[in-house]
Amino acid sequence: MFAYILRRLAIAVPTLLLLIVLSFLLMHLAPGGPFTQERALPPQVLANLNAKYGLDDPLWRQIWNYVWGIVVHFDFGPSFVYPDRTVNQLIADGFPVTLTYGSLAFLAAVAVGITLGTLAAIRQNTWLDYLAVGISIGAQVLPNFVMAPLLVLVLTLWLGWLPGGGWSFSDPSFWIMPVIALSTSYMASIARITRSSMLEVLGSNHIRTARAKGMPEHRVILRHALRPAMLPVVSYLGPVFVSMITGSVVIDIYFSTGGIGKAFVDSALNRDYAVMMGVTILVGALTILFNLVVDILYAWIDPKIRY
Amino acid sequence: MVIDERKMRSLAARMAQAEVRGRSPWADARRRFFRNKAAMAGLMILVLVALFAIFGGQAAVWSNEELDFSVMGQVATMGAPSWSNGHYFGTDDLGRDLFARTVQGTQISLLVGIVGAGIAVIVGTLYGAVAGYVGGRTDQAMMRLVDILMSIPYMFVLILLLVMFGRSMSMLFLGIGLISWLDMARIVRGQTLSLKNREFIEAARATGVPTWRIITRHVVPNLLGVVAVYATLLVPLMILTESFISFLGLGVQEPLTSWGALISEGAGTMNYGTLWQLAFPLFFFVITLFGFFFVGDGLRDALDPKDR
Repeated sequence: MFAYILRRLAIAVPTLLLLIVLSFLLMHLAPGGPFTQERALPPQVLANLNAKYGLDDPLWRQIWNYVWGIVVHFDFGPSFVYPDRTVNQLIADGFPVTLTYGSLAFLAAVAVGITLGTLAAIRQNTWLDYLAVGISIGAQVLPNFVMAPLLVLVLTLWLGWLPGGGWSFSDPSFWIMPVIALSTSYMASIARITRSSMLEVLGSNHIRTARAKGMPEHRVILRHALRPAMLPVVSYLGPVFVSMITGSVVIDIYFSTGGIGKAFVDSALNRDYAVMMGVTILVGALTILFNLVVDILYAWIDPKIRY
Repeated sequence: MVIDERKMRSLAARMAQAEVRGRSPWADARRRFFRNKAAMAGLMILVLVALFAIFGGQAAVWSNEELDFSVMGQVATMGAPSWSNGHYFGTDDLGRDLFARTVQGTQISLLVGIVGAGIAVIVGTLYGAVAGYVGGRTDQAMMRLVDILMSIPYMFVLILLLVMFGRSMSMLFLGIGLISWLDMARIVRGQTLSLKNREFIEAARATGVPTWRIITRHVVPNLLGVVAVYATLLVPLMILTESFISFLGLGVQEPLTSWGALISEGAGTMNYGTLWQLAFPLFFFVITLFGFFFVGDGLRDALDPKDR
């Protein structure tokens, strides 16, 4: 197990370095520099700006400095558009918000999805099953950018129950709509995966044995069926987590929550490459880390896998 | 007891005929698919949406670029859907006909979905088949590359690409195509691994068929079932990706439009009481996704019947 984790880390680290170098090269290839404006700057000013941001160094040195800054100092450099702000500050402002509603939405999707899927499987072909399948089919076509306007329409404009946007760490009423909007479609997918894998497990021999020896049904489900049934769900958790962070782009724009997605879209519209790269690399690092956690979890749940 | 010779002969003929004709797995699958009500409903929806995209333009009274100056500035009261002034779906905020805009958005969203899935099918199938068939070090290297590409946050990279190299349709296709084939490559590789030790491949190898021809003539045709199912499920995912990007205003640019862009517009103006601007694009978006999901699930059940 330990060797397996080490081996996975040995892949994860080069992947991350590759991501950093690739996004840097991408920025370098882009037509126009960060200081390209409608009115061309005088050449001396441009030269000074380039010197200040180190853009007149040879390419390999720029890459080296950038990678070194991130890896050793966790420093993504200055923003090209806001001279007084660093990328680190912009990320530090938005990231706690994104992490709060993102992890809540993740937990909601997993908890509701697994419960719904399990209930549907153990009551197969009853009204409960049909209801759960109906909900999960319906919710599948409701991605975050569809849920967000619908929620605001119903809960804010018609019913007036919740604030239509904004963010406060102390007032959970601001959290509800971002969490529901982010989690709905993934809750549906998790419920579907859980239901079908649960049905498969419930038909297997060890469940029949457990029932035959007179074990109460809830213990059969919780002790013997749930764990093997979770395997396909666990391997789906990586993409779900990534989508929670990606979805923050829509959530931040629509609900004005001020998370990391706002920093990303603002920088995309301002062509502030430093911030875009910083956010992309940070999310990439989180993705890699989370996939690692999922793989370890998978190995831990499935005793058949030996590394 | 007299045996009716004529009847016996007819029975014998029919039995022989049945044995000759047999039932291919494809015919079986087709029968199962046509019996699946959800899949047939999905197929019907998709046909209707496709007809709407192709012929909707002929039914429109207004073009998608014309501004109706008689409703401009009072869209909330005058721009509602009506038969009499030709705005079947109402108008958008600028007084453009929403029916024509929805037709146009449908065309573009379907195009993006199908082209994206098409790229995935071609690239992913060949890549996965080569990796799986060749095996060994090549396989290791090729699949490691897929692993690496998969752990890149593609939505962010896609936005990065669109911002840096200009927001155009071709860039959108390129960006979507870059990421869409990864899952396909993995699935196809897994299938190829199980195919490559079968007798007919061995026979081809024994008779000296070159590797590339074995892959294209013997491996790929046997993967078609899996690829077809996955491609049907990939089209809605591509449509979702494009809509996501267009919702942020980074995808398809005016005067072109897509479902994502229309939903975004409708969502932005819904507190002025112009709900139809959200409702019509959203309706087409939702039913099309339903259609593709149902057809995809139906195909999968038809080709892989566990409960025969």
